Amino acid sequence: MTQPLLSVRNLTIDYIGEEKDFRAVNDVSFDVAPGEVFGLAGESGCGKSTIAFAISRLHKPPALIRKESRILLDGRDVLGLDRQALSAFRWRDVAMVFQSAMNSLNPVLRIEAQFYDMLRTHKGMSRAAARERTAEMLTLVDIAPDRMRDYPHQFSGGMRQRIVIAICMALDPKLVVMDEPTTALDVVVQREILQRINELRRRFGFSVLFITHDLGLMVQFCDRIGIMLSGRLVEQNTAEAIYRTPRHDYTKKLWASFPSLHGGVLL
Amino acid sequence: MTDAILALDQVSKTFGHGSGAVHAARAISFSLHAGRALALVGESGSGKTTCARMAMREYLPTSGRILYKGRPVEAAKSAEIARYRRSVQMIFQDPFASLNPAHTIAHHLRRPLKLHRPDIKGTEIDATVRELLQRVRLDPDLVAPKYPHELSGGQRQRVNIARALAVKPEVIVADEPTSMLDVSVRLGVLNLLNEMKQEMKLGLLYITHDIATARYVAEDIAVMYAGQIVEWGSVAKVIDNPLHPYTRLLLSAVPDPDVRFEDPKARLRPDEVEDIRRRSAVPQDETVEVEQGHFMRMI
Amino acid sequence: MKTLLRNRKALVGLVIIALIVIVAIAAPLLTQYDPAARTGRPHQPPSLDHLLGTTRIGQDVFARLIYGARTSLAVGFGAGLLITLVGTALGIISGYRGGRTDEIISFFTNMALVVPNLPLLLVLAAFIGQASPLVIALILGATSWAWGARVTRAETLSVKQKDFVKSAEMMGEPQWRIMTFEIFPNVISIVGINFIGSVIFAIITEATLEFLGLGDPRAISWGTMLYNAQKASALSVGAWWDILTPCFALAFLGIGMSLLNFAVDEIANPRLRTGNHLKRWSLLVRSGEGRL
Repeated sequence: MTQPLLSVRNLTIDYIGEEKDFRAVNDVSFDVAPGEVFGLAGESGCGKSTIAFAISRLHKPPALIRKESRILLDGRDVLGLDRQALSAFRWRDVAMVFQSAMNSLNPVLRIEAQFYDMLRTHKGMSRAAARERTAEMLTLVDIAPDRMRDYPHQFSGGMRQRIVIAICMALDPKLVVMDEPTTALDVVVQREILQRINELRRRFGFSVLFITHDLGLMVQFCDRIGIMLSGRLVEQNTAEAIYRTPRHDYTKKLWASFPSLHGGVLL
Repeated sequence: MTDAILALDQVSKTFGHGSGAVHAARAISFSLHAGRALALVGESGSGKTTCARMAMREYLPTSGRILYKGRPVEAAKSAEIARYRRSVQMIFQDPFASLNPAHTIAHHLRRPLKLHRPDIKGTEIDATVRELLQRVRLDPDLVAPKYPHELSGGQRQRVNIARALAVKPEVIVADEPTSMLDVSVRLGVLNLLNEMKQEMKLGLLYITHDIATARYVAEDIAVMYAGQIVEWGSVAKVIDNPLHPYTRLLLSAVPDPDVRFEDPKARLRPDEVEDIRRRSAVPQDETVEVEQGHFMRMI
Repeated sequence: MKTLLRNRKALVGLVIIALIVIVAIAAPLLTQYDPAARTGRPHQPPSLDHLLGTTRIGQDVFARLIYGARTSLAVGFGAGLLITLVGTALGIISGYRGGRTDEIISFFTNMALVVPNLPLLLVLAAFIGQASPLVIALILGATSWAWGARVTRAETLSVKQKDFVKSAEMMGEPQWRIMTFEIFPNVISIVGINFIGSVIFAIITEATLEFLGLGDPRAISWGTMLYNAQKASALSVGAWWDILTPCFALAFLGIGMSLLNFAVDEIANPRLRTGNHLKRWSLLVRSGEGRL
């Protein structure tokens, strides 16, 4: 059995209030193998986004990751990284795609500038090399490379999200964390983008932590799925098993909430 | 099928003019009947929300007629408009934004009664408020004195439904009523809408981008793209036997857990998608009846 | 209201203001002297008889202070209320109705904003000559509403877009009801800030006008106390109590109102909160219980 790429053990995260605390994530453990797509499903408030943020070390006070929590990426302790190691870690080991691409792209910078910014900081690339790499990445996500001098507002929502994905992959990260990346997009664009990501991960071998509430989509895209409820991971299994033989009551309840195209619900 | 309560007849809406004109809706025709729901399905920018707003008389059409019980209402006088306002109610997408944070739920339900039900006076108003809350499966003692921020999303949407029902409308326009709710409460709200539609013989215009829920709620469906209705008819016929390339594209993109991405059946080719989109956006007047109760716009 | 009372700044501010109001109301109980009458020898330093000494013409300073509080408070809150009422009404009406109504009201608002406030007041007060506190309050009300109108209009524009306002319109609610019951309760925090700011402004400006000699010197208010003390060269003759008393009184009231202002600001915009709500978090991080 190969060593997992991402190993999360006993992750517990609280939000510290003035008098009371809120436990957003409660003793969650799971692994993501290299090249695997692992899905975290759940409704609002279940803690899935909190986990994503913890892996990218993006939390701010009053979030508190409890001391017994462990997050290991390729054997390295993610929670113990100091500031220098952390900046190397970001983008190169782990990249994150958020729900709203509008918020991830700087509206006053051209696309090539956004790539260059990141490539120069992390790899010391020259402008020419960066331009080449940018063209390469844009082609990978089906965007014409000659559009790299355009501004974000000149692209549609779906295309902006593709650009964000391209930026994320520019440094060949081992893990790409995606928090509801296509929820705000229409189904056709969603399918195109996820299809592309699927092809890219088969080609480049990175893993994906995919967070959404759409179970049907997860079964299509993910290899393994974890179901979250109120901060706990209540069921974890292969996508096929979660679909055909769900065990936990909440998983069954979730399945019963998705209407099928052919009448009735999905399960 | 009874006569249409509300119908749009060749309605078009254009925003702006000249080269910057946006043709949000082109020659839209559909009708709503008592006890039946029409699902208007499309992605964002397809024009479905514009149609909803025109049905609510929030915008007036650039051309075409809106017929209420057979009579045009675009140029109606204020008494007719008041009658229309009472008869056609809307349920908004964001359950929180549609309630005033400064007022209790009871207040929200009393206002429509005071405005439109002169037959209910005094103490009867509170009794009617209770009855309305019970109808939408909420406990009046618990919910009526609360403020909107104290309720969950699903509860708020039920309150919105209760408010819409308070004036005894004939048509309800539901604009993506469940897309901002948690997954596990969506079907409950849709079921409620369905029940109310049947019990009160309402005409329901159900706007959504999620075609799977369309089948769940509606008898008829109209698929919109770039301001035009590209395919319409009975929901079973259109979904089981889609003929317009855009409808087929849409249906193939709906997440289906039985089909993994690797499966060649599921693959969408970007150039094909582009082509279908381009051709479907071309304004087209010709339509054809492909089978009984199932129509398609030529492409 | 509850959140207001829990905020320390608000509490202190409210206590200060309450204190001044109570003292003003209870004036006859706190002193037996008539503030206008000559009740002692000129420029007496504070003593048991005259707690804060006497003025140049022998009036009891303490009596003048607490009776003067009545005037300053009345003008302050009165003018503040007038300014806020006019500003809020115009702001909501122009913001909600839009179109020509908005154009007309905005035109006047812009005019009122462009004209510099204090010079205009000076000119008006000089023109009227020896303006009584009531007249000053009216002048302030008529000239200083513009900022409030502007700000309230902006808030109204954003509230107007919300679905619940659309819902009320589609329900057929008359416009006046929408403005009063749908829009107004949702702009109330800006109205509150406007009010507090206007009161502070009115108190200070009234005192300024009177200090400059444009008020009625026979009126009893903190501003006229300053004016008279200045005319009597109180500081140079060493009668510090004469001039410092109204100074401190104004400052004290100003502090009270400002604290209240900060508190309302903080509550309206939680991001302004000064971080003692992170105390527990810092403790836990330092003791090694967790990290970011």
